[in-house]
Amino acid sequence: MTGITITAKDLRKTFGTPGKDEAVALDGLSLTIREGELTALVGPDGAGKTTLMRLFAGLLKPQAGSLSVLGIDVLAHPQAVQDRISYMPQRFGLYEDLSVQENLDLYADLHGVPMEQRRERFARMLQMTDLARFTDRPAGKLSGGMKQKLGLACTLVRSPDLLLLDEPSVGVDPLSRRDLWAIVQQLVEDEGLSVIVSTAYLDEAERCAKVFVMDRGRLLAEGAPEALASRARGLTLTAASPPGLPARVLQARLMDARDLVIDAVPEAGNVRFIRQPGGDEAAMQALLGDIPVTPREAELEDAFMMMLHQQEGEAQAGAVIEPAPVALSAQDDKPVIVVRDLVRKFGDFTAVASTSFDVARGEIFGLLGPNGAGKTTTFRMLCGLLPATSGHLEVAGRDLRTARAAARGRIGYVAQKFALYGNLTVRENLEFFGGAYGLGGKALRTRIAETAAQFDLDLSAPSGSLPTGYKQRLAMATGLLHQPEILFLDEPTSGIDPLARRAFWRTITGLAGTGVTIVITTHFMEEAEYCDRIAIQDQGEMLVIGTPQAVRDEAGGGARTMNDAFIAIVEQHRARRDSGQVAA
Amino acid sequence: MTSGGFPARLAALTRKEVRQMLRDRSNLIVGLALPLVLILLFGYGLSFDVTDARIAVVLEDSSPITLNAVAGLAGTDYLSPIWLQSMPEAEAMIRKGEADAILRVPAEFTAELAQGRGRLQLILNGVDSSTAQAIQGYATGAITNALQHLADRSDTRFAASGVTVVARTWFNEASSSTWFLVPGLIALVMTLIGAFLTSLLIAREWERGTLESLFVTPVRPLELVLSKLAPYLIIGAIDLVMCLLAARYLFEVPMRGSLWLVVLASLLYLLVSLALGLWISGTTRNQFAASQMALLLSFMPAMMLSGFVFDLRNVPLVIQIISQALPATHFMAVIKTLFLAGDYWPTILRGLAILTLYAALLIWATHRTLAKRLD
Amino acid sequence: MAYLAQIIALIRKELRAILKDPSSRALLFAPALMQALLFGYGATYDLTHAPYAVLDQSRSEASTEITARLDGTGVFTRIATLDNTSQIAPQIDSGVALLVLQFQPDFADRLAGGATAPVQVILDGRNSSTAGLASAYVSSIVAGYNADQGTATPLTIVSRAWFNPNFESRWNLMPALIASLSMLQTLMLAALSVAREREQGTFDQLLVTPLTPTQILIGKALPSIIVGLLQSTIIFLIIRYWFQIPMSGQVWLMYLGLVTFTTAAVGLGLSISAVALTMQQAMLYTFILIMPLMLLSGLLTPVRNMPKVLQWATHANPLRFGIDLVRRVYIEGARFSDIAFDFVPMLVIAALTLPLAAWLFRHRLG
Repeated sequence: MTGITITAKDLRKTFGTPGKDEAVALDGLSLTIREGELTALVGPDGAGKTTLMRLFAGLLKPQAGSLSVLGIDVLAHPQAVQDRISYMPQRFGLYEDLSVQENLDLYADLHGVPMEQRRERFARMLQMTDLARFTDRPAGKLSGGMKQKLGLACTLVRSPDLLLLDEPSVGVDPLSRRDLWAIVQQLVEDEGLSVIVSTAYLDEAERCAKVFVMDRGRLLAEGAPEALASRARGLTLTAASPPGLPARVLQARLMDARDLVIDAVPEAGNVRFIRQPGGDEAAMQALLGDIPVTPREAELEDAFMMMLHQQEGEAQAGAVIEPAPVALSAQDDKPVIVVRDLVRKFGDFTAVASTSFDVARGEIFGLLGPNGAGKTTTFRMLCGLLPATSGHLEVAGRDLRTARAAARGRIGYVAQKFALYGNLTVRENLEFFGGAYGLGGKALRTRIAETAAQFDLDLSAPSGSLPTGYKQRLAMATGLLHQPEILFLDEPTSGIDPLARRAFWRTITGLAGTGVTIVITTHFMEEAEYCDRIAIQDQGEMLVIGTPQAVRDEAGGGARTMNDAFIAIVEQHRARRDSGQVAA
Repeated sequence: MTSGGFPARLAALTRKEVRQMLRDRSNLIVGLALPLVLILLFGYGLSFDVTDARIAVVLEDSSPITLNAVAGLAGTDYLSPIWLQSMPEAEAMIRKGEADAILRVPAEFTAELAQGRGRLQLILNGVDSSTAQAIQGYATGAITNALQHLADRSDTRFAASGVTVVARTWFNEASSSTWFLVPGLIALVMTLIGAFLTSLLIAREWERGTLESLFVTPVRPLELVLSKLAPYLIIGAIDLVMCLLAARYLFEVPMRGSLWLVVLASLLYLLVSLALGLWISGTTRNQFAASQMALLLSFMPAMMLSGFVFDLRNVPLVIQIISQALPATHFMAVIKTLFLAGDYWPTILRGLAILTLYAALLIWATHRTLAKRLD
Repeated sequence: MAYLAQIIALIRKELRAILKDPSSRALLFAPALMQALLFGYGATYDLTHAPYAVLDQSRSEASTEITARLDGTGVFTRIATLDNTSQIAPQIDSGVALLVLQFQPDFADRLAGGATAPVQVILDGRNSSTAGLASAYVSSIVAGYNADQGTATPLTIVSRAWFNPNFESRWNLMPALIASLSMLQTLMLAALSVAREREQGTFDQLLVTPLTPTQILIGKALPSIIVGLLQSTIIFLIIRYWFQIPMSGQVWLMYLGLVTFTTAAVGLGLSISAVALTMQQAMLYTFILIMPLMLLSGLLTPVRNMPKVLQWATHANPLRFGIDLVRRVYIEGARFSDIAFDFVPMLVIAALTLPLAAWLFRHRLG
């Protein structure tokens, strides 16, 4: 009964000039997508997901191949397709100076949605996105998650024949992410909408009817999530971390044994890992010692990691970062970061309300919270980029904002989005920041060589055109060039594929092992499992602070993953506050 | 399945552009306040009319006749004499920039004049050649007049005969530079406002990623172009009214042509400017490059090469060809003619035809830059 | 030492970022080059081959002689010989002729009779400065004719122009371009330097390094100054060797003036940059600023002709003094003592704007 939405044959798309700087985005890709289904495109950075989405939308022309969307040859008649589909680009183009309602009106007008239909549709969209209270607010003043929901609402002002969503949840907090998916799934169920979504979150892909795994412009695998997951069957295990051994240390140990283990991640105090098929049993025994291991159900992520590691086996063997061995660092008693009653107000809006915490030397400290919770404000105050309205703040013994310049030499900073000079080469960026931190001559050259080797960076590459994962490595390299005592990382893994994230965290745990203090914010809740302690903020308030285990306990039973725990804690808080307001 | 089509979408897009324009205060400042400030500032500030030029008069001879002759210098608004005794003093004043010219009356002047061959020496600071030449004219005129007066009263020794020049300046009888600069300023302001306001519009949408979302809607490129032109055309029209009022009532420049033609030509040129800015914006897709281009392609040439101050009859052929390629040149000719000369149809029709052509060409070219493609 | 090394690292980065790719290099130097050439030829008040028409109703020896003299100067070119007065208006209205020379039928008779014989000159006054100039030329040609005819000339005024003996307006305009053309882009470059980093997020990355505001200021200001001086040098060389306008003054003094001027301009630019939150705002402010700076600088019309209030206001315009200084050093050969005052306003502007910009780096909040 279901028809075909998209048929692609031998699509080839390259950018740049052939023979000079040609980059292959799609390399003879063929696929067929069925109607009325939720379909996911997954793959690491540079797999060609966005290019493929844009081809579907008629925004790019391939060099070769044929593509039919909704039965129309999109290469010949892009406008005919564009009249019938809705597309939400990675960065949805909201008009930030227009209000929520005006943005919705614009897209409704452009799609020619009749007035009577519009009322019902808007009401539904505003209710689903929970934006009804904010219709008069300029889109630019919404939080990241709300913007994304508004983007989706604008895309869905009418019922399209096909909905394309390009990485809709990048940089979106777990609560908004859950809401987004609820909307999409409801539409698929209610209206039989065909949806194609590209994503870096495999738990999202798992909810789809069909998953296409892409890598470097080619299709690696396709199938239902369960069918794909079964490829990892029998290899997926959980190792229970013994008391006194943090899960991340065990995870690092497993990750480093590449002959035996494909992949490992800490979760709920334990470590989930995938064995190499045909790995040496004895060696495995030696690696794990008396740590108890239990088999677990294979998930899509396991299969995905397996497929990618197999691919990488040939192509990218050298690209794995060589980290320092992970050991438990000697944490001395004196905290390196002291925060007491920190407050930051913007006008009469309190971004951060009376917040206090300490961070010890060598600790990995995670700051979590929904979009607009005050994480970034707290973070910027710690780095000395923003003055506090009141309260006491000490980083490495000083308030960086008022400290002499030299004090800033003791911290490293990795910004939220790639914030290096894109038109300079990797070497030039490193030279500059090294110079700014007072390194020079032989010392600088040595450090550049070391960090370049550590992060596997090509020094002569222009940094603006590096793939996302490598940009992130360069940002890290820059932050670490002067060997700081404290490293601040603001959402360093946002928009990065799972493979690169693993490598990134392996470096972080290694650094912490050498005594570097890490303060990090992230939207990937599972990454909180790497932290020694985490703090969850919402609406400027500190909700909870403690070890991942303690935070899960706080959330109460039923919170298996950190994601669940986070949602539970934030919602409990909001419910308490709302009822408190009602009472008052 | 879609209703409304072209008019509905155009209306929606235009509504969006108007809202954005009104929300962004900087747009309104540039669009409405700046032109007024410019026309006032430049209307008053720019002038070729020399007033109170400092002329150092070195009197080596101070007979009554001499004093009578040079007294004429003090009687005009143009010159402001400084009386000195020695030449080195006067020369030092020129070097220091304290005087613009020296008039030297040699010791033997009275005696020589009596013999019918009096000689005065006029030394000018020639750096600013137009001012220098103007001073030369004023000084010569003032002294000749004074001597003529003397002759009329008694002494026929100074009477002149021969050919005299009777100059009549058409269109600008008072030779006021304000009259020729203010109509030009209208052209300059239209260029600036038009090109600058729109030069960021498309580039901004590229940079913010909003175009990618718009592309995948039933919107057609031409609708995008038209919707961006419309609101700024209204802003420009308001500016035009302000400029015309200022020209009429503040600077009292006559308008000898028809008002409706002035408005028509100005709106047409405004459209060309807006479209040029939009085309630059769509071509560069980058706000920085767009504003640089707008500055280099519209404002600078309009100021220097359009006949705004520099007479195009004086420039080499190559430059004439370049300046003929500028829409500003044609509008400049039309607006100056309309203000000062009247409805001289050959100039006006030619100008309007060329401007219409430019408007159509630029709108077409801009529409091409918005082809719904990302590569 | 480390202090200097840090600044040098920043300067090197800035220069690399500016000069990295060929297109941005071209954008920095090509416009200066092009504009210097275009304006060198195009921006002139001098009359050359100014078109004129003659209506000679006298058809006498005197009228023929005067017309011939006009043709012989190179200043005027005859484009039409008219037959009757009704042909005058179209010549002037269309802008084809700058002036029409009219000899009335009684011209020769009056001249022979010892009376004054008027030559009518009808001028297109749409450009009053050209019209005035043309009128003056005709007068001097006629005066020359009178003298040669032995008509009584009891008074001769012997004029001599210093510094620019032939009244070439190019000599006046082109040295002014050395300062003004480079300012256009220097200001924009400086104005965008911080705004761009803010917008791209790299400014935070810069602020967390141990660089002090003073170091950032120097590191940001110097590259813009260097670029500005390079542009000035290009224009200077074109003027000196292409247009061959003789340099009367000391090169070092002109450069001292240019350095001061460019520093003041960069100070303005960096202040804009520090105030602006986005590149768009920075460009807007720059644009708003550039217009009055250019037009009220004495570039096109002398400052002295402005109303007193505006003349006084131009003390805040570094370009006014930059142009004055370069012009007078270049053409007049002015010495330091002659132009010392020009430095004062420029130094004051630099001394106010640069520290302001440095302070704003850290205190301007998003």
